[in-house]
Amino acid sequence: MISGLAQRIGRLTLFFLREVGTHVLLLARAATAGGYLLRRRHLLIEQMHKIGVRSLPLVTIVSLFTGAVASWQAAYQFRGLISFDYLGAAVSAAILIELSPVLTGLVVAGRVGASIAAELGTMRVTEQIDALETLAIDPVHYLAAPRILAGFIMMPALVIYSNLVAHAGGYLVAYSMLDVSTAAFFGSARRYFLVHNVVAGLLKAFFFGGGTALIGCSIGFRTAGGAEGVGASTIRAFVYSSAFILVMDYILATLLF
Amino acid sequence: MITIHDVHKRFGEKRVLEGVSLTIPEGKTAVIVGCSGCGKTVLLRSIIGLVSPDSGSIRVGEDEVVGAERRDLFRIRRRFGMLFQGAALFDSLTVAENIGLALREHTRLSRQEIRNRVREKLEVVGLSGIEDRKPAELSGGMRKRVGLARALIMDPRYVLFDEPTTGLDPVMSDAINRLIIGTQRRLGITAIVVTHDMTSAFGIGDKIAMISDGRIVFEGTPEAFRTSALPAVKQFVRGGLDG
Repeated sequence: MISGLAQRIGRLTLFFLREVGTHVLLLARAATAGGYLLRRRHLLIEQMHKIGVRSLPLVTIVSLFTGAVASWQAAYQFRGLISFDYLGAAVSAAILIELSPVLTGLVVAGRVGASIAAELGTMRVTEQIDALETLAIDPVHYLAAPRILAGFIMMPALVIYSNLVAHAGGYLVAYSMLDVSTAAFFGSARRYFLVHNVVAGLLKAFFFGGGTALIGCSIGFRTAGGAEGVGASTIRAFVYSSAFILVMDYILATLLF
Repeated sequence: MITIHDVHKRFGEKRVLEGVSLTIPEGKTAVIVGCSGCGKTVLLRSIIGLVSPDSGSIRVGEDEVVGAERRDLFRIRRRFGMLFQGAALFDSLTVAENIGLALREHTRLSRQEIRNRVREKLEVVGLSGIEDRKPAELSGGMRKRVGLARALIMDPRYVLFDEPTTGLDPVMSDAINRLIIGTQRRLGITAIVVTHDMTSAFGIGDKIAMISDGRIVFEGTPEAFRTSALPAVKQFVRGGLDG
């Protein structure tokens, strides 16, 4: 029984190391596409639009309600202990440090990471990626590099937007349902505002965005087995991206705070 | 000339190619036939470096494909075009963008020049006026023709055809066969066709090679193939279960 358990742990460890290695190698190959992307800027801009602009409706809804819930829950915790004058500061710090980067990251992992895996997976099983190879076009440069770079760039942009919308959501609940004045909410948020919090949140977003796109590309490229394989890749990309975001969030939190 | 020597390839426990040796003459059409799953597509994909053989040698002119660096492979591939079984057109691009992609990536031609070259290649394959359509709007035969136009856009010396008539009705199959013959003669390319369609093989081949159990069991003219006494060849030509 013990040897069986040890074998299982060994297999899982090897699997994990192989996966990490595959992703790192893909990132290294994509990193050599700098000159190519300068010449083919339209590929990058197209992906920035897909990853960033098209995520705006979903990020808006998630951020608005995240801010609203944060405000309501903070008020629940404060009641009878701390003055509501500090509500703005608490909500703002939670949004900037944790809520916006992580929730935006998870939403983008679901929408973008999975769709990249599905798109590239379909291209793999229908031989479109092989067709690129036969045309002497490097699929890593043409397909992966623009998506990964767009992920690195657009996630921080989305988190900046999410920060604003979430603050609006928090303020609306505080003002309309908790009788906190505008001056009290934003005054306390400003008093306890730290640039470090914003930078830390954006740094998290940078890694979450690049990582999510990288995982989607890596899994998409290795898809096999027709439509069933594409479905499996889509799920795997979402699961890996979500796990990556949560683990990375913990690592960055311990390093940054 | 393409020279294949003692190529071996296995996927896990399954041995697919077991010492394949074959010569593809310049400016001719060579047809590789064999049963489904016998390794002919793996051999075709090995020639262009999509599959890496475990051992052996594939020489394209002076260049060695087996074990070539990625950069060298891309250089070698510029001499090739390939038509895939399902055409493998890029779904997100229009017909013109599909065909012109290699020109956009590898040349400094203007948009108008690319557009003209695309139109020219579409005419070669007997299509026109469909530049702005998406692949989803095309029939199976049209997709294959567009795939061929894309394969020809860089004026390759070698064109590989993977099951070009599979999934097409007899009329469209005949049209594709005529297109392969016409293209080969007009452009002087070397064509390598993988198929299990014997009508197609006899119609277009200058040379036929047959793969069975991972080895080349026959190599010769279509006439010699038709009259061969080899049981595997006789069985394949007749289409029966027994040799």
